[in-house]
Amino acid sequence: MKYLSEYRDAATAEAYINELHRITTQPWTIMEICGGQTHSLVKNGILDMLPPEITMVHGPGCPVCVTSISVIDEAVYLAQQPNVILCSFGDMLRVPGSGISLLEAKAAGADIRILYSPLEAVTIAQQNPGKEVVFFAVGFETTAPANALSVIQADRLEVHNYSILASHVLVPPAMEAILGDPSNTINAFLAAGHVCTIMGMEEYYPVAEKYRTPIVVTGFEPVDLLQGIVMAVQQLERGEYKVENQYARYVQREGNMLAQQTIREVFSISDRIWRGIGEIPQSGYEVNEQYSTYNARIKFNLQLNAAQENTACISGDIMKGLSKPKQCPNFGTLCKPEHPLGAPMVSSEGACAAYYHYANDAVAMTV
Amino acid sequence: MCLAIPGKIISITQQLDDTFRFGKVSFGGITKEINLCMVPQAKVDDYVLVHVGVAIGIVDEEEAQKVFHYLKEMGEVEELQPSANNVQPAAI
Ligand code: SF4
Repeated sequence: MKYLSEYRDAATAEAYINELHRITTQPWTIMEICGGQTHSLVKNGILDMLPPEITMVHGPGCPVCVTSISVIDEAVYLAQQPNVILCSFGDMLRVPGSGISLLEAKAAGADIRILYSPLEAVTIAQQNPGKEVVFFAVGFETTAPANALSVIQADRLEVHNYSILASHVLVPPAMEAILGDPSNTINAFLAAGHVCTIMGMEEYYPVAEKYRTPIVVTGFEPVDLLQGIVMAVQQLERGEYKVENQYARYVQREGNMLAQQTIREVFSISDRIWRGIGEIPQSGYEVNEQYSTYNARIKFNLQLNAAQENTACISGDIMKGLSKPKQCPNFGTLCKPEHPLGAPMVSSEGACAAYYHYANDAVAMTV
Repeated sequence: MCLAIPGKIISITQQLDDTFRFGKVSFGGITKEINLCMVPQAKVDDYVLVHVGVAIGIVDEEEAQKVFHYLKEMGEVEELQPSANNVQPAAI
């Protein structure tokens, strides 16, 4: 997939690349928010095809990467309780906490199950009435309706031995935190298409306006990304800062209102600590009071001490766009996917892992 | 975990009320029980965009096929069967 000729829409991709070379007159730094987009940019060799003036930096849109160490510790603690079955997406298992990872807890005997969907966890709770089943509910806005639905479903079916450990993060406050940082270098954003399928675009208008920064809602396939970059550069070259929609085949301005309603039913907005970045006000979802009996933090009275982050890992600078993975002194030496020092090396959507897997063998493209 | 994968609704399997529905959805032959609450207008034979067990939108067939093939090439469809996930213990 690294060569243009292998793309499904090779001609379209080539046209966008030519257009970019034609219109770009000065240096621009563009951040893609979503880890799936980072993965696609690197895996498809797109970074090598862009004009040299354009720098893509890789944002905090990988839930595996931004879930704080303290929350990983909470999940490990819960998994170690004798009566608990802890269910999680597979990506979370290898993330290092301050002590052990979930995978190490599992190897030591904890009952940890890898699921595709939180709704499966409700079924496991039904099948194991003598146990407490906890779902490790991480993710951005895209994943929030599914996690919320699992709570609603448990409530309707009167499954009381189910709860979730919520660590939801939200995109717009993270964008604001990055843009508001005095060291910010980002000129434009590609917003994450699937997040906007749920949430729509309304939240982005004030951000674009306040920071005079173009935001282009973009998909994750090579041609989507190239078109998104062209749309962003066109705005930058003209001095505009609008919210535009490259991904109109999936994203409507108002989003999926039913999904938004479901989120509001179960969650309230809370402050959240992002791994590598720190606390961002009003940037997460927590289970609301109405459904507090499904909140694992309340059910298990979790009060762990806040854990310290590993200072050898510069993931915070990477997610703010201040550094590239290869600038980390540990990249590929002390830190590899088999023994990650930081979360961006764990998930395939983390910027460090994407560079480790693909960037080394990417062949420079001449267009 | 963040991507949404398109699949085809094969049957409606459970209905708690007007909107709280589940259906069997086929992803290139792999079938899964999917929650259809967010897409009340979806019918059998429609293609839906599915994220971690919940359909979040309707797509047309041609688009669904294209995206599914792309995701398969990218190795992203494996998350449908997490037991097959290659979650290896970290080397010490
Ligand atoms: S290479 Fe490893 S230590 Fe360096 S920033 Fe990435 S995850 Fe952190």
